[in-house]
Amino acid sequence: MATPIRVESLWKRFGEFEAVKDVTFTAEEGSITALLGPSGSGKSTVLRMIAGLEEPTSGQIWMEGEEHTFKTVQERRVGFVFQHYALFRHMTVDQNIAFGLSVRKASKQEQRERVDELLELVQLAPFRDRYPDQLSGGQRQRVALARALAPRPKVLLLDEPFGALDARVRQELRRWLDDLHRELGVTSLLVTHDQDEALELANTIVVMHEGRVEQVGSPSEIYNEPATPFVAGFVGSSSVLHGNVIDGCVQFGEHRVPGADHLTEGEAASAYVRPHDVQVSAANGGVPEAAATVERIVTLGWLSRVALRLGDGQVLMAELPNRELEGIELGARVGVDMRNARAFDARDVASAPDLPEVGEAQ
Amino acid sequence: MSAALREARLSSSIRRRLVHGGLSAAAVLYVGTLVLAPLGGIVWAAVKGGWSTWTSTLSQPDVLHAYLLTGVITGITVVVTGVFGVVVALMLARDRFPGRGIVSAVADLPLAVSPVIVGLMAVLLFGNGGWFEPWFTAHGVQIIYAVPSMVLVTIFISIPFVVREIVPVLQELGVSEEEAARTLGASSFQTFFRVTLKNIRWGLLYGIALSTARAMGEIGAVLIVSSLIQGRTETAPLYIYRAFEQNQDPAGYVVAVTLALVSIVLLAAIEIFKRREEKGLQT
Repeated sequence: MATPIRVESLWKRFGEFEAVKDVTFTAEEGSITALLGPSGSGKSTVLRMIAGLEEPTSGQIWMEGEEHTFKTVQERRVGFVFQHYALFRHMTVDQNIAFGLSVRKASKQEQRERVDELLELVQLAPFRDRYPDQLSGGQRQRVALARALAPRPKVLLLDEPFGALDARVRQELRRWLDDLHRELGVTSLLVTHDQDEALELANTIVVMHEGRVEQVGSPSEIYNEPATPFVAGFVGSSSVLHGNVIDGCVQFGEHRVPGADHLTEGEAASAYVRPHDVQVSAANGGVPEAAATVERIVTLGWLSRVALRLGDGQVLMAELPNRELEGIELGARVGVDMRNARAFDARDVASAPDLPEVGEAQ
Repeated sequence: MSAALREARLSSSIRRRLVHGGLSAAAVLYVGTLVLAPLGGIVWAAVKGGWSTWTSTLSQPDVLHAYLLTGVITGITVVVTGVFGVVVALMLARDRFPGRGIVSAVADLPLAVSPVIVGLMAVLLFGNGGWFEPWFTAHGVQIIYAVPSMVLVTIFISIPFVVREIVPVLQELGVSEEEAARTLGASSFQTFFRVTLKNIRWGLLYGIALSTARAMGEIGAVLIVSSLIQGRTETAPLYIYRAFEQNQDPAGYVVAVTLALVSIVLLAAIEIFKRREEKGLQT
């Protein structure tokens, strides 16, 4: 079967501003592909161009082996779910879901059957005669999803579908969407700035930053093998430690982390270390070779976040289960061991985003 | 809480209530003297003459013709400003184009310019020696001092109402519902009639009601372009004007009351329909 969505070197300019730069990726049949990036990274613009709501400046959009770049929105037969639902406020739930069928002149009988089916699917049958403003945010988004699915679209495009909902409802809906996708298997493209959402739902993640694709990969590739400093910083949290490349390792102070074989010997480099990849050991008697001082301990439920000051003054964040906290207290000298660090050329790091809380530990 | 604090709170609440009450009283007084009193005065003057004034006035051929002419002019105006107003409002609310500010200003112009000047402009364009006069004369169409020019100036004067009512509604709505409709396969035509028009219908109806009231009541511009030919180019407001000129006040009052009544009924009807629908939405 032909690939449901293929986007080739897509560009979009708004006046002087380049919102999307040379974006290329493919969405596989029956998969969920997430476009992940901070706001302003161009991910929504890509989605809107695929839907035909925005015209690309250059590049091509293919669906099921057929070029769609210049087709009208109506011809594309995509299901689109908007962040703020965009339900028809003067229509009931029933009428909203039936809209896509009625504008395509489906028979009343057919409309009725399909609407019943979808109401069942999104578990909103008792609310069928309500108007959108009589529903909660989560219910509205389910109606929006049912409405998008009603005309049996080739692909489902979701633009920050849970962005306007509170954390708990968002979690619930995410799990529900996952189940629904397993059941229907419709190829879906999900735009989100929430990495958890992307990691949990997607088969493939396209990480975007300032209009460009930074990396395309499976969730585990994105998380474990970030291709660029941006991805390493944006997906999951990391400490960034600056040093130099020596013997294929990044060396800073008395610490040395492997993984810099691809970088030039002697050049400045930065190592990204995940907090859960840091092993902290209490100094039993003698001070270990690679040592640090405990500066702060924050307990978050079952685990604790520990800020460690290294010998050369840089700060390293570690996360460990509370039961491993024994002997680790404020001001203590401890041994540290870093595994799975990712090393990048220091010049590339300059373009990476400001890191969340971890980097602000100083 | 200390006694002093309680005292201070109490006095501030009293002060707030006094300010509130004072403002309300001022508003009632204002509306009362400027709107209700004159209206009451006219109704009283019209009723004072007794039933016979009404029957004799309403059976005059001039009066009937004036009503008919006002009806025709208002009808045409409402249709034209309704359609045109929606188009202009859509353009102003949705499109970004060079000269958008100018279009917006032009749409407001009739509110700023005295209707008398609008009438004079029409005379300049279509009157003797006017720019368009030779062409229309050559084709045997009489514009000025006839119904066409009266319709024309009335339309011009009524343009802003529909536009001004709808633009903010459209801006607040945004385009997401329209975009949703298009992704669901709706054509531009279906999107407009099934989504956009439904969402702006109350704004549109209010706008139409206002331009109806305006068209029915217009006198300045129409007076200039009509040259007031009794029984031919005399609208209801012009009839009222002439009645007072010729010291036939009671007849003027009767026609004035009927015109005011139509406007009030129109606005009340829209309000009632809107309430009923909103109530329907809540159950």
